[in-house]
Amino acid sequence: MIRIIDLHKSFGPKVVLRGVSLTIEKGETMVVIGQSGSGKSVLIKHLIGLLKPDSGEIYIDDVEITRLDDDELLRVTRKFGLLFQGAALFDSMTVAENVRFGLERYTRLSEEEVRKRVSESLALVGLNDAECLMPFELSGGMKKRAGLARAIAYRPEIMLYDEPSTGIDPIRADAINDLIKKLKNDLGITSVVITHDMVSSYKIADRIAMLYDGEIIEVGTPEEIRNSKSAFIQQFIHGQAEGPIKDW
Amino acid sequence: MASLSPNALLLGAFEQLGAVGWLFFKTMKNLFRRPREHQILLQQLEEIGVRSLPVVSLTAAFGGLVFGFQTYTGFHRYIGPGSEAFAGPIITLGLAKELIPILVGLMISGRVGSSMAAEIGTMKITEQIDALHSLGANPIRYLVVPRTLAAFFMLPCLVLYGDIIGILCGYFYNVVLMGVNRVMYVQNTLMYLEIWDVATGLIKSCVFGVVIAIVGCWQGMETEGGAEGVGRATTRTVVISSISILILNFFISKLLPATLKGG
Ligand SMILES: Nc1ncnc2c1ncn2[C@@H]1O[C@H](COP(=O)(O)OP(=O)(O)OP(=O)(O)O)[C@@H](O)[C@H]1O
Ligand SMILES: [Mg+2]
Repeated sequence: MIRIIDLHKSFGPKVVLRGVSLTIEKGETMVVIGQSGSGKSVLIKHLIGLLKPDSGEIYIDDVEITRLDDDELLRVTRKFGLLFQGAALFDSMTVAENVRFGLERYTRLSEEEVRKRVSESLALVGLNDAECLMPFELSGGMKKRAGLARAIAYRPEIMLYDEPSTGIDPIRADAINDLIKKLKNDLGITSVVITHDMVSSYKIADRIAMLYDGEIIEVGTPEEIRNSKSAFIQQFIHGQAEGPIKDW
Repeated sequence: MASLSPNALLLGAFEQLGAVGWLFFKTMKNLFRRPREHQILLQQLEEIGVRSLPVVSLTAAFGGLVFGFQTYTGFHRYIGPGSEAFAGPIITLGLAKELIPILVGLMISGRVGSSMAAEIGTMKITEQIDALHSLGANPIRYLVVPRTLAAFFMLPCLVLYGDIIGILCGYFYNVVLMGVNRVMYVQNTLMYLEIWDVATGLIKSCVFGVVIAIVGCWQGMETEGGAEGVGRATTRTVVISSISILILNFFISKLLPATLKGG
């Protein structure tokens, strides 16, 4: 379970999060929507300790992570898999080496099992043929999928997806939605998904949260969000330029 | 830079010193923790050691030649023809104690320190350092420790190698080119030179190695703001580590005893 309590974060004078509170249950898929630049990536990076909040608390299975030291934090971090918005592949390693990075170091799998896990993970994202390619040889969408394979390879308990379908063709994007659902159903993974794609959101979400102006303005099931009375949410999910949200 | 008042500058300098100190402390703390990154250590040993051989060879050779040349001139002019054979110990001492360690330190900070900053800086701005963390890897243990260890071990090796080349070139200039008496040159050198003279150079170079690696990694990890930021980090690495090497060199030379033979 993830509990975020009154999280504040500014970069210099720029206030990004001004009191975000959100609880994500075990095994639940939480989709976070919000405008570009609203702080979704910043929020997700706090969950894994990459950014430290100015104030507020984050509990991961009842461990408060914002004040842990490096090694304690890394122990918590290993519960997580994070798909970066920009994939963040290690550019000096092949795709397969990228995927096996965490497996080799932090699991007790044998070489045989590691190799099997690597090809399984790559197969799940449709990249079987890319094992030996270097990141610079991949297209944008392939990088994203390789990043996804790397994140899921060591079977994290919690997956954080930063725009999993952005930059990927609609067919693959839907396959990735299915993958997210499959991981949740088969392995009981807790997921936080950032996306701009409302169709995907409705498909994969147990609940949807909208981040606006540094706060979560509403949380609810896809049905509740669709029928929300908030004009902000209606404007966002219908993608309208006219409405209460002006500063785009 | 927001403000350039002397106070702010001083404060900034202390802040930076604190940041390097903190990184150094964390590196030491992680020095022997698992998992050890043998693969990367080997790579770095090769990168810092083997691949620097051509640069070090050239630097040491011409350092030795020019130092041999000017020392010869000095003796020839001020003490008189025939006294040049006494240049042997001076050349050897100067090279082993100061010139070669400094030259090698500066060359390696330009060659290796800057590339560490560029590599780690690029990783930083493309979120690869964050990715390390997200996979449960400690960036200090994965990036900084192997580089620091490799530089610590390789710099003395390079300096020892440079000493040999430099001393041979000094000998070559005096004995082979200028016809100084070979037996006297060698005898004088062996009589006055101590192992300690070579050792001080090696001790200093260990320190230089750590300085080069820590400064390069620190600047890399602090990189912000795209390609320009990486450029800035590499330049600053070379400037900071070169100056630190020159300053530290003086103080270590002063601190270490000049001779172990008493007196
Ligand atoms: N390291 C940083 N330094 C300064 N400002 C930052 C930093 N990271 C993020 N920001 C700022 O925080 C705000 C939120 O950024 P974030 O990346 O979280 O947006 P986002 O909601 O993920 O947008 P998108 O949907 O476009 O990915 C932005 O205005 C950005 O300028
Ligand atoms: Mg984002």
